[in-house]
Amino acid sequence: MTSGDAPFGAHRHLLSITDLGAVGIAEVMRVTDAFVEVARRPIPKVPALRGRTVVTLFAEESTRTRLSFEAAARRLSADVLSFSMDHSSVKKGESLRDTVETVTAMGVDALVVRHPEAGAPHQVARWVDAAVVNAGDGWHEHPTQALLDCYTIRQALTERSGIEPDAVGIAAFDGLRVAVVGDIRHSRVARSDVLALSALGAEVILVAPGSLLPTSLQGWPLSAVSNDLDAVLGTVDVCYLLRLQLERGAGKFLPSVREYASSYGLTARRAALMPEHALIMHPGPMNRGVEIADEVAHLPRSLVLRQVSNGVAVRMAVLFILLGSATAPSEAEALLDMTAE
Amino acid sequence: MQVLSAEDVGRALVRIAHEIVERNHGLEDLVLIGLQTGGVPLARRIGNVLGEIDGTPVPVGSLDVAFYRDDIGIRPVLPEAVTDIPGDLAGALVVMVDDVLFTGRTVRAALNALADYGRARAVQLAVMVDRGHRQLPIRPDYVGKNMPTRIDEQVDVSLDGVVLGDVVPR
Amino acid sequence: MNLLVRGGTVIDETGERRADVAVSSGSIAAVGDSLDAPDGATVLEAGGCLVAPGLVDLHVHLRQPGAEEAETVESGSRAAARGGFTAVVAMPNTDPPVDCAPVAAEILSLAAGALCLVAPAGAITVGRAGERLAPMGELAALGVRLFTDDGAGVQDAGVMRRALEYARGLRARGLGVILAQHCELASLADGGVMHEGGWSSRLGVPGIPAEAEELMVARDLSLTRLTGGAMHFLHLSTQRSVALVAAAKSEGLAVSAEVTPHHLSLTDAELAGFDPNYKVNPPLRGAPDVAALRAACATGVVDAVASDHAPHPPEAKETTLQAAAPGMIGLETALAVALMALGPTDGTADDGAPGRAQSPEVAVAAPALSPREVVGLMSWRAARIAGLSVDQGGDQGGPLVPGAPANLCVFDPTERWVLDPARLSSRSRNTPWAGRTLTGRVRHTVYGGELVVLDGEAQR
Repeated sequence: MTSGDAPFGAHRHLLSITDLGAVGIAEVMRVTDAFVEVARRPIPKVPALRGRTVVTLFAEESTRTRLSFEAAARRLSADVLSFSMDHSSVKKGESLRDTVETVTAMGVDALVVRHPEAGAPHQVARWVDAAVVNAGDGWHEHPTQALLDCYTIRQALTERSGIEPDAVGIAAFDGLRVAVVGDIRHSRVARSDVLALSALGAEVILVAPGSLLPTSLQGWPLSAVSNDLDAVLGTVDVCYLLRLQLERGAGKFLPSVREYASSYGLTARRAALMPEHALIMHPGPMNRGVEIADEVAHLPRSLVLRQVSNGVAVRMAVLFILLGSATAPSEAEALLDMTAE
Repeated sequence: MQVLSAEDVGRALVRIAHEIVERNHGLEDLVLIGLQTGGVPLARRIGNVLGEIDGTPVPVGSLDVAFYRDDIGIRPVLPEAVTDIPGDLAGALVVMVDDVLFTGRTVRAALNALADYGRARAVQLAVMVDRGHRQLPIRPDYVGKNMPTRIDEQVDVSLDGVVLGDVVPR
Repeated sequence: MNLLVRGGTVIDETGERRADVAVSSGSIAAVGDSLDAPDGATVLEAGGCLVAPGLVDLHVHLRQPGAEEAETVESGSRAAARGGFTAVVAMPNTDPPVDCAPVAAEILSLAAGALCLVAPAGAITVGRAGERLAPMGELAALGVRLFTDDGAGVQDAGVMRRALEYARGLRARGLGVILAQHCELASLADGGVMHEGGWSSRLGVPGIPAEAEELMVARDLSLTRLTGGAMHFLHLSTQRSVALVAAAKSEGLAVSAEVTPHHLSLTDAELAGFDPNYKVNPPLRGAPDVAALRAACATGVVDAVASDHAPHPPEAKETTLQAAAPGMIGLETALAVALMALGPTDGTADDGAPGRAQSPEVAVAAPALSPREVVGLMSWRAARIAGLSVDQGGDQGGPLVPGAPANLCVFDPTERWVLDPARLSSRSRNTPWAGRTLTGRVRHTVYGGELVVLDGEAQR
């Protein structure tokens, strides 16, 4: 395999879903299949990244995402270092660049970066030799979330049809109607999911109150935008609910949380409007009773827990592809023929 | 240059199947594991032959060793397929099947991988072609054909035969 | 020092002609064909070059006093000279700001040794806080002509009204002051990082809507009408801003407007890689805005091109887009970028600038300007707004005739060069043009009869 065939193309980093394209996303899903098998083993761990060091660098706390990445790195036998940047103290003194250079001076192969500001992982990638994985940057993107969402959808659809995932590939997404509901404006999950799902051929419909949509949707690969959830639900294959991020000021964009819940919350009544086969997803953590009703979260068609468990396998695939399939050409040439089998 | 025909390969696999039965005094706890990708069809064929000999089907699985290889990071390594191990390997008699035995590094990786599925009673190795040039202390238990080669030659094994050719220039 | 500029084509407000220019004792001694070199004269080869009055930059930040690590009057004036400028107006957002006579006097004393004329601008309000009027009369007595709170707009309409009325009174007393506004309504712009549009939406970056600028332009045009005052609009960046100014001019209001080279050439698509070198205030806008600004240069709605040279130390840019300081340096690239953006061939198209690739309509929408018209926007027309022109008693921008002050910019409009940030004279490196090919290069600059730049290199 040449670098041109590599799933991430010329990219040494995963900063945006646009780094991947449909081919890259499909390859991540294929490698994820192998790691899902690993997770089922008596010993769910492989020595693939022995001796490598993965650092999680979080300038914004997210225990779930951090644990998922750290579990992924450990199951690949990488050494894991965990660095928490209290954003306010960083603002006071040490610059992001100094922090990043200090951390990478310890010898780091991959940096998993979470930051409250859009584009921070892009900047980090300019400063270091290590591979950089965007674990969520401001309102911009959360590419591994979108990858695990796509993987979870494919898993659910192929199980239903009884076809091997690999045989289906990305065809399962062709024409799939996915409604993404909620605070689109402030959602990195929405941006990555829209890019990934549309790249795979799905039709994406955004559903939100006017004030939670971005001012401009120019250039977004959408099939429709709606302010009326009830009108959309009857034709969707997947209803993807976003978290209303009240802790980050989403409340200022709404008259009240109750009004939001009554118009955009997926209640049992609304869930009944969906076709029988339609799936329900949420990136977590859920505000039960706001964007999703408790009884809806527990329906068999809800994939919320699967999203979490697939998260580890998807992140293993991303780390393995970035660190395991990368190669330093000069080093490799000398060894190639001698070790070929 | 074709060095073995499809018929030669078929006969070698039948012989290997009989050797497995003879050496292990039967097929008790036997599991065949083909190594991805070249060993998998050979393992299935041996499994079919053993099933005909014994009258009961022999479990056949496949193993991808990508995550256990020692050249990760030196060159691009990606899994070819999802590993499929039939049941628990604890106490099993595992016969690994591969197409070509060369440096021994793939077999080393496969032994490590198998250990993660449980403690097998014994692990044996069957290969269609042993072409020499070992870099690790590994030897096969069952061999279709011993075939001395130059290190830069390429050996292609399939159920359609064995082809020996010059390595494609990079 | 005697000089002979030989073999070039003279361009000034009166026209264009093949002529040599002889300089002696700080003045132009002769202009004509095949002049003999004065005694001991240094001969400046100007074959293929245009010989113009020195350029005048209405809008630079020299950072002294207060941020000398980014720029000083000396380093900034050296960058200006290498950019062909013989005069710059230094913005008052220093630390402390130019809101009282002692600070202006300090800058004037630093300016005495500079490589070009450095004219300090004064603040409209004390501390640029937008509340109390700064002592404009005291500052005007020191020679300050342009007043602005640049870096921010005066948010309170009442305060701005008083400032316009007060400035009108100073003008009546013969002090030719003018107010200049950085049009940005804080309540709409605050928290914004880039132009609000498709790109900011897709990148998840907080946006600054065009309306943050346009509302203040509209407000200040109303206040100009109300007070009978005069107003200069700094760095206009949107289609509707220039349309508002065009309407005001046809109504007869005493208003002028400037645009920057970067707003004439780059779009918000440049932010796709989150590179803080493209973060600037006002933000890079969309392709229709760029086309409208170019058209407004051609129709006379825009009076001047000014660099908004805004140096920052590395640490202010080596951070996230959101945390980075806004601004880009521009003195040493302004003429080339303006010539490329406004000239007949869109020279920026072939360097792979991503903004261009995204916006082909930019290249065709606006009529082309001749190099002389571009220089007019950067020399004699700019000099008049700053109160520095020869007909206002200053020494900038006048026609190149015997007896005139020897402020010259000699440039090759066709030379292609690649910008290497390490070779800039500015103390800062925050340029969006690093590694890009530019067309049009300053060869020699003469300031007050002194050869300050020879073959592109500063002479002191």
